[in-house]
Formats: sequence, structure tokens, C-alpha cells
Amino acid sequence: MAEPPLRPRRRFRQPSVIPGFGITFGYTLTCLGIIVLLPLAALVARASGLGLAGIWQVATDPRVASALRVSFGVSLLAALTASVFGFLIAWVLTRYRFPGRKLVDAVVDLPFALPTAVAGIALASLYAPNGLVGEQLAKLGIEAAYTPVGIYIAMVFIGLPFAVRTVQPLIEEIDKEIEEASATLGADRWHTLIKVVVPPLIPAVLTGFALAFARGVGEYGSIIFIAGNLPYVSEIAPLLIVIKLSEFDYGGACAIATIMLGISFVTLLAINLIQAWSRRRFGYV
Amino acid sequence: MSSALATRPPARAGSVVTEGLAVRALLIGIAVVFLALFLVLPLVTVFIQAFAKGWSAYLAAFTEADARSAIRLTLLTAAIAVPFNLVFGIMASWAVAKFEFRGKNLLVTLIDLPFSVSPVVSGLIYVLVFGAQGLLGPWLLAHDIQIIFAVPGIVLATIFVTFPFVARQLIPLMQEQGTAEEEAALTLGASGWHAFRTVTLPNIRWGLLYSVLLCNARAMGEFGAVSVVSGHIRGLTNTLPLHVEILYNEYNFVASFAVASLLAGLALVTLLVKSLLEWRFSAEIAAGARGH
Repeated sequence: MAEPPLRPRRRFRQPSVIPGFGITFGYTLTCLGIIVLLPLAALVARASGLGLAGIWQVATDPRVASALRVSFGVSLLAALTASVFGFLIAWVLTRYRFPGRKLVDAVVDLPFALPTAVAGIALASLYAPNGLVGEQLAKLGIEAAYTPVGIYIAMVFIGLPFAVRTVQPLIEEIDKEIEEASATLGADRWHTLIKVVVPPLIPAVLTGFALAFARGVGEYGSIIFIAGNLPYVSEIAPLLIVIKLSEFDYGGACAIATIMLGISFVTLLAINLIQAWSRRRFGYV
Repeated sequence: MSSALATRPPARAGSVVTEGLAVRALLIGIAVVFLALFLVLPLVTVFIQAFAKGWSAYLAAFTEADARSAIRLTLLTAAIAVPFNLVFGIMASWAVAKFEFRGKNLLVTLIDLPFSVSPVVSGLIYVLVFGAQGLLGPWLLAHDIQIIFAVPGIVLATIFVTFPFVARQLIPLMQEQGTAEEEAALTLGASGWHAFRTVTLPNIRWGLLYSVLLCNARAMGEFGAVSVVSGHIRGLTNTLPLHVEILYNEYNFVASFAVASLLAGLALVTLLVKSLLEWRFSAEIAAGARGH
């Protein structure tokens, strides 16, 4: 049997002795196509049927515009809160040793594990005017349930693990020698933290922020119970999609969904850019 | 001079890389209070409300026929969605981790896509394909196949939202392990399937179990996507999370929280096993360090 001639041209796949590429690759593509790509393509097809003008028309409808403002605005605030406290929690969990640390660490993942509807009714009953926390807030003149404050609380709940878990591994990896070097060179602890420790963590903080933001914008189950869903006040964009669907207004539902998908792709792109920048600047993600 | 330096307590050497005791205590306090208030309190509330009227009221919530059929449907959905994504995850990670081919990054990004889609939009896209007004709607109607507002739609939407779980856990893990061990097995005459079963599978088993656990929790708890495709037909297309919603909206709070406590219990078990796996097998679960 003659040896196959060596060809320098680039091929689709590097040769390998390991079998099974054809079947696993084919199976992967088939599943991906049927489960993910085909349905998403159906949305894109619907949306392009509406055209940019059609989508714009839906987006500028006062009720839709208000829902989009609530979803994006409150989610920004909630992601900011989650990032600040998430950083603090990640720092405490990696740097300090205290009794119950592992338990606290496990608790952080609760919003990942707890079904959103369960979180939703629990938050609603806690923050209702006669609820455990709602009663105290009412004394301070804060109405949480059935207002954007309630939406904010739910979004902080679901966004927090993203903020903690993106920063935590990087804090673990910090080489303490650079902190020692900084201290040896005369910097006090505060200066060391601000000038040496925090800068390399900024990309991870931004990534966590973006993930929490994207999750908050799309979130449905944990919000609708506490939000009260008053049009123009506490109605979120995902709920409006459900309402449009129940009215058989598929076009309206698709327009809102397309806007939300567009924003989440921009967020995804931003995360990738942050990570590419981080790789160039710090040598890791 | 030198003896004074030598007798300095070694503990002080560490103090330049941490904060003062007061600051540490304050930060730990803030972290614990924040987590207790925002995360633990809602969980505790579920159980307090569920038992607000005692055991008998709690148990009564599960004797209802609708509650039982919701439990059955949730179990059925997970029993289809989780194995599907398990097989898909292994196939995808084998293709991605063991071979070099063009467009690999794009493929991984596409597999991750469902994570960045809102649950409601995940439901919507299936309505657009299989609904009465959807792409395949007329054809399905002609053949008397119902997918939306029926069990197949619920299963499909659940598969979609849990699609990346296993694959994204296994891909980095198998990439880190490389191909040397499989190549050795093949050289020694093992078949591909034999090499997978005896070499690859033992290497990834804890990571696999870990991802299946998380996939199952999400599959049983998914609300938004399933809500859109289900049609909320009691006793027929109601999963546990949807049943929680219906009871809550009927002001049947004890029953609603009782059903919710079942899901909260599932979440607690998931967290417990997940933490145990992380403490014991962190290196075998995730590539590099721990985490998601």
C-alpha cells in the first residue's frame, strides 16, 4: 500500500489515532442544530419578517419601552450591588479562615440550585407589606413588594453567585509574594490592595458584572411574584413577552425577544472582549 | 540587634499580606449578614410557610391528584432531559477535547448559547417552531401531533435550558487530561469504545456526576421556559414549579409552599452533594482549580 502523499494544505481536522470523530462530531452538530439553532433561527426569521422598522415600532410602544427600561435599569443596579458584595464575599471566603466558612461558601450557590419559582414566592412573602422583612421596611417608608425595589431584590438574589464565582478563583491564585514585595517596598495595606491586588481582578469583576446583568435582564420566575407586574411601574420585559404570547401577538413577542437577545449578545461580546484584553494585559482570563 | 530580629514572632511576617483583625471581623460580618438576609432567609421562609398550619395541612398538599401528576410529569421530564444531555455532553466533549479541528471555538460558543438566552425566550422559540402559527405548525396539525401545550414541548424546552450543563463541565476537564492515555490504550489494542469505557470514563466520572447533578436540579426546577410552552393544563401539562405558581395565585399559600419545599429540599440535597464532591474531588471535577 502506498503512503498517502504529504500535503501541506490546511485541513479541517488534524490527523489523530483516536477514533470516533465522525460519529461524535456529527451527533453534536445534529443535536445542536435541532435543539438550539433551528428554534433560534425561527425567531430570527420572524424578527426579520418584522424588519427593523417593525421592531422599532414595538420597542417604542410606551408599555414595552417602560418594561425594557425597568428590566435593563434595575438589572444594572442589581448587578452593581451583586458585584460589590460579591467581591467582598469572594475575598472573605478565600482570604480569611473562620468557623463555618465552608458552609457559607456552599450557601453562595443557593440561587443556582433553588428553582426560580420557589425563590419567587419566598421573596414575595418575605417582602410583602405584612411579611417578615416587608413590615420592617414599611416602617422605614420603603415599599418593596409590587415596586421596582422588589425586582431589584430578586435580581440581586439571582445575580450574586455569578459575581462571587467569577472573582473567587482569581483571588485564590494571587501570588502572596507580590503583596509581600509591595509591603516590603513601604506600601501600607490599603495601598497594596488598591495598587497591586485589585487591578488584575478588574476583568473578572467586569465579567461577573456582565453575567449578573444578563441574568437579571432575562430573569422571570423569581421576579414576577414579588414585582406585582403593574404596567408602566413594575412590569418586566420577559413578562411582557408572555403577555403578548397569550394574546397571540407573536410579532410583538418576537420583537421584544429579539431586542433582549440582541442585548445579551452584546453582553456576551463584551465579556469576550474583556477576557481577550485580560489575556493580553495580565496573561490569564 | 540580630537576636531581636530573630525573636520577632513569625506570625507578624504574615500580617503584611492580610488586614487587621477588626477589619477582617467587619468584612466577615458584612458577608455573612448579607448572605443570611438575601439567600438563606428566603430558603427558610419556604419551610416556615409550608408548615404554618401544621403537618396535616402540609401533607394534604401532596394527596391532591394534581400535585401527584405534577410530581410525575417533573420526574418524567427530568428522566428524558438529563440522559439526553448526558449523552450529548459526552459526545460533544469527546469531539471537542480529543480532536483538533477548525471552528472549534465557534462550536463551543454555540453549545453555551442557551445559557445566555432568557428562559421566556427559550420557550418562545419552541412556540415559533412547533406552535399552531409556527414553522412546522400546519404540518404537525395535519398529522395530529401536538408538541406545544403538551408534554413533548415541556421536555424540549427543558432540554434546551439544560443543554450546555454536561458539555461545558466535561470539555475543559477532558481537554486538560489530553489524549495520551487513550492513545496508549489504542496502541495496546483496545477498541475505541473499550478505551473510552476503561480509560476516559473513570477519569471523568466525578465531573460527570457533578454536572448531571446540576443539570437535574435545573431540569426539575425550570419555570420560565416550561411556563411558556406548557399551557398550564392542570393534571396534564403542569410541572412542580408551575403547580407552585398556580397554587400561589389561588392564595393557597400553605399548599404552594409545601410543594415548593419539595423543590427546595431537592436544591438542598443538590448543594450538599455538590459541596461534598467539590471538597473531595475538586481536581477530578474541574480543570485547573474549582468553580463553574
